Amino acid sequence: MNNALEISGLKKVYKGGFTALKGIDLTVKQGDFFALLGPNGAGKSTTIGIITSLVNKTAGSVKVFGHDIDKELEQAKSYLGLVPQEFNFNQFETLLTILVNQAGYYGVERSLAFKRAEKYLKKLDLWDKRNDAGRMLSGGMKRRLMIARALMHEPQVLILDEPTAGVDIELRRSMWIFLRELNKQGITIILTTHYLEEAEMLCRNIAIIDSGVIVEDTDMKSLLSKLDQETIVFDIDSITTAPQLDEFTCRLIDDHTLEVDVKKSQLINDIFSQLNGQNINVRSMRNKSNRLEELFVSLVGSGQKVKQESK
Amino acid sequence: MSSKSNFIALKSILYKEINRFMRIWVQTLVPPAITISLYFVIFGELIGSRIGQMGGFDYMSFIVPGLIMMSVITNSYSNVASSFFSAKWQRNVEEMLVAPVPNWVIVAGYVGGGMARGMLVGTIVTLVSLLFVDIQIHNIWVIIATVSLTSATFALGGLINAIFAGSFDDISIIPTFILTPLTYLGGVFYSISLLPDFWQGVSHLNPIVYMVNAFRYGFLGISDVSLTLAFSVLAAFIITLYTIAMTLITKGIGLRS
Ligand SMILES: Nc1ncnc2c1ncn2[C@@H]1O[C@H](COP(=O)(O)OP(=O)(O)O)[C@@H](O)[C@H]1O
Ligand SMILES: [Mg+2]
Repeated sequence: MNNALEISGLKKVYKGGFTALKGIDLTVKQGDFFALLGPNGAGKSTTIGIITSLVNKTAGSVKVFGHDIDKELEQAKSYLGLVPQEFNFNQFETLLTILVNQAGYYGVERSLAFKRAEKYLKKLDLWDKRNDAGRMLSGGMKRRLMIARALMHEPQVLILDEPTAGVDIELRRSMWIFLRELNKQGITIILTTHYLEEAEMLCRNIAIIDSGVIVEDTDMKSLLSKLDQETIVFDIDSITTAPQLDEFTCRLIDDHTLEVDVKKSQLINDIFSQLNGQNINVRSMRNKSNRLEELFVSLVGSGQKVKQESK
Repeated sequence: MSSKSNFIALKSILYKEINRFMRIWVQTLVPPAITISLYFVIFGELIGSRIGQMGGFDYMSFIVPGLIMMSVITNSYSNVASSFFSAKWQRNVEEMLVAPVPNWVIVAGYVGGGMARGMLVGTIVTLVSLLFVDIQIHNIWVIIATVSLTSATFALGGLINAIFAGSFDDISIIPTFILTPLTYLGGVFYSISLLPDFWQGVSHLNPIVYMVNAFRYGFLGISDVSLTLAFSVLAAFIITLYTIAMTLITKGIGLRS
């Protein structure tokens, strides 16, 4: 299978010296539904900006279907459709004009562009507004207009930068359905978000970015099972061999330290009673935290916000 | 990109640009018509009749070409300057930057848009002039060549201005402090042969003198400078400004962070 996107060693230092990307590698397969998840300021938009030629990279390479943006920029661009994070259409032009011109920039004839504009405006429930100026639209409509605009040249890869930020839950749902449908038709979708739940609902593969570093790059299932468990560290009175605990995996790190993996569904009481039964005394305990888990506390936090909004 | 795609992209930019100034015609097309009428009333009817002849023609006939050229210059420049800056400001310039549009197509599209406005305004102003004065034509080809090259020169200038501009103020500074003085001192209202030698020499450093005189030659058959020199100056400006504009856009100055 082809790779829709290959990024390697991508680095970005902004004017003024701030390093937004510290050398990231990413691969997205053709047909994938891929999430780039990370908190605000992690470097998601910077990454998308470099892929779509809106930001100059400092080092590294980007290939779109094998076409390097340094050597075959126009080829690479023609595969991509971008829905940026901020509204960036002309507020004074009508929806139809915006769409038809955008298609023109990709070499789509006007007559064909009008047909496509009609198709996507209808699909995205904007057809009634086709002769209104962009500034007349509500926030959710503006977002949908940008999705329609990104599809006008029927790209192979659709990139959406936080498409559902600030969008109400009903619209978010319908956008999810629409994106799934596009993905089924074979369009590779890359989406950035800071809602874990959104990535979970939509995506097959996921990379997590934090402070310009990819901290995890895996499929959704493995990530979720990883997330479903935590590790608890027990300080114990000296023992020599690791105890056998029913239904728990444990490791003796040194003679005073025992680590036990606990699934969210399991009870810590069970560990205590089993340790008691084997005469192992616990002096203290703590959660073993790592960067990924810490990150998730914040991401799951924002995911819960999504759920609250839906009530 | 195939040349066909490039052509479609170019047409789209041109369409968008022309559509923009037509949509706001009250701001773009009406003021030049009013301005030139005022010039005719003041310089033509009131003062011009006392000035007598200039360069062998009555004063009104003498200034018409310069007045037309003045409006072409201002409008070509400000069309591209405001349109491109506003595309940066609203960020819709990104629509072009993400698409496989070669940079020369972007430059050609905006310059073409500026030329379209410059020449349309030139035509309107010419038609208004006909209400006040008979216009004779000495050489139509010189007129067409001068007006297109001048318009292209200032459209490129407006584009470069917009690339560097960080605020709306930045696109009015150059027209106010450089363009307007150069135009007024560019031989629109007088023949530079009337000036003392020193100021004649200085005037030869003003590119607008060449444009106005070549243009006037097209109508009246008289010029303070040689046509060959005038067209060489225009060509040199276009090549230089085009190269600068292309370099800036390719580097992404003011466009890509
Ligand atoms: N043009 C810029 N100049 C300087 N710093 C920037 C610029 N754009 C973004 N940054 C910084 O780079 C970091 C990453 O930003 P961004 O890629 O927008 O993050 P995200 O999209 O994940 O929220 C942030 O700390 C941001 O402040
Ligand atoms: Mg962002």
